[in-house]
Amino acid sequence: MSMRRKYTTFLRILHAGTVNFIRNATLALAAMAVMIVTLTIVLFSLIANATFGNTIQQITNKINISVYLEDTTTPAQTTALQNKLKQLPNVKSVEYLDKAAVLKQYINQNANNVALQQAINETSNPLPATIHVYLNDLNQIKDVEGFLLQTDNKKLQTSDSPSYSGNLKEAIDNITHATNILREIGIITVVIFAIVSALIIFNTIQMAIFNRRDEIQIMRLLGASTWFIRGPFIVESAIYGFLSAIFSILIINSVFVAASSTLKASSLGLLDINYATTYFDNHFWKFLGLQICIGILIGTASSLIATRRYLKFKTK
Amino acid sequence: MILLDRVTKTYNRELGPSLDRITLHVEPKEFVIVVGQSGAGKTTLLKLLTREERPTSGKIIIGGIDYDKLRDKDIPLLRRKIGVVFQDFKLLPNKTVFENVAFALEIVGVGKKEINNTVPKVLDIVNLKGKEKRMPRELSGGERQRVAIARAIVRQPKILIADEPTGNLDPKHAWDVIKVLEKINRYGTTVLLTTHNADIVNKLKRRVVTIQDGKVASDRANADYEVL
Repeated sequence: MSMRRKYTTFLRILHAGTVNFIRNATLALAAMAVMIVTLTIVLFSLIANATFGNTIQQITNKINISVYLEDTTTPAQTTALQNKLKQLPNVKSVEYLDKAAVLKQYINQNANNVALQQAINETSNPLPATIHVYLNDLNQIKDVEGFLLQTDNKKLQTSDSPSYSGNLKEAIDNITHATNILREIGIITVVIFAIVSALIIFNTIQMAIFNRRDEIQIMRLLGASTWFIRGPFIVESAIYGFLSAIFSILIINSVFVAASSTLKASSLGLLDINYATTYFDNHFWKFLGLQICIGILIGTASSLIATRRYLKFKTK
Repeated sequence: MILLDRVTKTYNRELGPSLDRITLHVEPKEFVIVVGQSGAGKTTLLKLLTREERPTSGKIIIGGIDYDKLRDKDIPLLRRKIGVVFQDFKLLPNKTVFENVAFALEIVGVGKKEINNTVPKVLDIVNLKGKEKRMPRELSGGERQRVAIARAIVRQPKILIADEPTGNLDPKHAWDVIKVLEKINRYGTTVLLTTHNADIVNKLKRRVVTIQDGKVASDRANADYEVL
């Protein structure tokens, strides 16, 4: 086949696919409705999952080990301890507050409690200098605990240091455990939704093509080649996918616009709507591209598989 | 041009063969009429020629192509050489009259200019001028039949197979269709026509092959319709 003829054929396939899309409007609407709903659900669960992850991250970030230093600890000892802590593999960062800073923070935190303020003013600063140790992984808290309880290190600290044990430790353990499970559930949900959606879309397109199997068989009898028959169906399904992706993004966008204007910075339990909106806005083009790719991919693959059986020649 | 050698087609063993050791030889440019009652095996015969069905046994050679050696990917090429008017028209429901006829040309990669030039001429031949933009569902049975004929002849095939092309037409239009077939036969196309219509057979005075119970009952030149 010459290049020119190939080009003509390619244009014809595109044209036929577009014309078919317009002429089969009812069927197209049905297929697209299914696609829009499923694409929207998948994207929503993706955003929800990211928002969950963010909430979990924020909780994790707030958790740290407080090391209270005895007033007798020298600056040199303090610096040495900080450096040693920084070298531990699980330590993300270390923050040092001297006695004055701790007092200031305490006063700020209790600004409304007049009696307490007075009491503090009447004494010399009773609060210890503090090192806050932030961790990469809360599950590995024991390593840092062990290090701080070594005799050389322990003697620099007050009797109630390091402060993380008891009830707080249990709470940390619980949160760590819960976040891991939540993260896994989130990922599994997205995957399941994606698979179910693909199957539903595939089925819808297969039905649409089943309705037109006669057309395929007629084209076959007239001597049309496989791709000349299949091409327009693929173009048509790709148009379904493309338009569905656009509609799906529009729906999600308007939901976020509506949510941020009516709900005003509120959150639903662990779902921080503000974060979700920002996340969606920041990744808008990426999501649009992703939706379009997925829509076109599923549409194309489905019609490819669905037309196959009607294109076969009799072998017996 | 067409050669069938002891061709048998059995769909269902218990019911016996639909075609039983048919041997038929059609010369190039010949005009052959196949007659026979419903269920005699005419349509099966045509389905074998278009490779819609495969024979249970026997040999088929058309235009030098041996069907035994035909690969799947070459079937479209074979079908492009044969024009077929199907008994049930087989028009594409989502395409207009013009597009249905043009489709036959698009398949073989004919350019747009030539299509716009050829299709109206052919539609004129079958008396469908002015109905180019109609959809098949908006046409009468006779009109659909003529679209099917236009589509079959637009490629000027070497072989034209017409399965009851006058079945849905009144005598005047039926004769118009036959005249079209005679015309393209004069231009050098081999025509294989199946019909019930005794009038047409008697007027045409051509070679008549009678099929009965899946067998060739008679094969006569310049013949009349015979009641078996």
